[in-house]
Amino acid sequence: MPEFEPRIICFACNWCSYPGADLAGVSRIQYPPNARIIRTMCSARVSPVFVLRAFQRGADGVLVTGCHIGDCHYISGNEKAEENMRHTAELLDLLGIGKERLRLEWVSAGEGGRFAEVMTSFVEQIKKLGKLKLKEI
Amino acid sequence: MKVFEKIVQQTKAYYCIDCGICTGSCPVARVNPRFSPRLNVEKSLLQLEGEIVEDRELWSCLTCGTCSQRCPALVDYQSFVLSSRIEARKAGREGSLTHDGVLKLMMELQTFAFPQARTGWIPKEVKTSAKGEYLYWVGCLPHFDVIFKDYGTHSLQTAINALRILNRLGIKPVVSPEERCCGHDLLWNGDIESFRKLARYNIGMLKKYGVSKVVCSCPEGYRTLKVDYPNLVGDTGVEVIHISQLIAQGIKEGKIFLNPLEEKVTYHDPCRLGRLSGIYEEPREVIRHIPGLQLLEMERNRGDAICCGTTGWVNCSSYSKEIQTDRLKEAISTGAQTLITACPKCKIHFQCALMNSDLSIEIKDMLDLVGEVI
Repeated sequence: MPEFEPRIICFACNWCSYPGADLAGVSRIQYPPNARIIRTMCSARVSPVFVLRAFQRGADGVLVTGCHIGDCHYISGNEKAEENMRHTAELLDLLGIGKERLRLEWVSAGEGGRFAEVMTSFVEQIKKLGKLKLKEI
Repeated sequence: MKVFEKIVQQTKAYYCIDCGICTGSCPVARVNPRFSPRLNVEKSLLQLEGEIVEDRELWSCLTCGTCSQRCPALVDYQSFVLSSRIEARKAGREGSLTHDGVLKLMMELQTFAFPQARTGWIPKEVKTSAKGEYLYWVGCLPHFDVIFKDYGTHSLQTAINALRILNRLGIKPVVSPEERCCGHDLLWNGDIESFRKLARYNIGMLKKYGVSKVVCSCPEGYRTLKVDYPNLVGDTGVEVIHISQLIAQGIKEGKIFLNPLEEKVTYHDPCRLGRLSGIYEEPREVIRHIPGLQLLEMERNRGDAICCGTTGWVNCSSYSKEIQTDRLKEAISTGAQTLITACPKCKIHFQCALMNSDLSIEIKDMLDLVGEVI
């Protein structure tokens, strides 16, 4: 049986993390191709609904990335994102999906290597957790 | 469309005498001139179903039951709206979701068999049991606690207080980690398939635990388990009790002693507990029994109580805010310092309206009030 390849949704902010991912690409840094990257203007745009909907539609993990604290293009968007994701993690625990399937990371536009590292370790983590089974009650 | 003929038959819409009491009584119609229950019934009789289904105001109905209660021809407008929404959903229509739709998503996700972790909040000093006669139905309180953290409603505190009160009454209830959303909001938003799924699951869960009585602190859960489950899915095999009934009984039997509290309060009847279930007096008995507490009635009380302004987490608008501020002003005009309600959603809605106004009154759940004095 082939190894389980998790489906990951990665939200990347327009100003830091998306260019960070781009840098990883143009620098030809290798990282697992499991993620579908969705660009948002700010990490604060990622509402709990985006994360929950991703799981409902079959994602195995959700990675949210934004600018480092203090570097947000909109001054404090990433602080808001942190709060949003904290609440989302609580909801995921209540629902039984588990907060381990959600991760929030800061990646700047110059950190192509770091983006690849984050992605590699998150994919490893989700592989260990296994597939999220969407079995109906 | 044959379906609407059936809806007209079932809800006795053909009895409509065109008197307009429904629209005159409707809290939404008072603030939103485009909304009219009478007009909707007329449309169904004139076979203009398409218009009903397409109309976005279909989702503005609070299903609070004031119209049905006052209708001289006994048209069941609530069921009319419910059935129309089921049809509208089939046509791909939906109300505009509040809070980004997170609550609907939470309900939908509960139809998947994830192993939930919903009993982690129970404090150590509260006693629960694994098997027994009573089950405490927690409902959405843990979820509300997370989602409405910013509102300061502390919904979980209500659940903790409910358990503390039950312990005082000598009941160590079962709190099931396998409980799932009762499906109330899904049903009233026309998603009957998901509702049926959840209902079947919950009925099975109750049978598995072998309980004979279910205690609800949420009026919506109470109504859904007591009325909608047997009507739409099947017998639950349990007696459904609202916690206010148990407390009122406990007071009569001298099982529970309430400490004095100097306060002037007023009580808001939640629609699901009052008009839809006929429980008006028990919460009042409980409140009146607290020594020193003065219960002041609002002008529109019991069956005439107006709604808290939104339902099922759809179509919250400036109209909802108008209804809510109106109710809050009415509460303040009684001279009360605190508005007591028995529904966690009423509390959230009023708290939200309060945050956006310069009115000042405290909003408390009945269980939090009793929790303070035991």
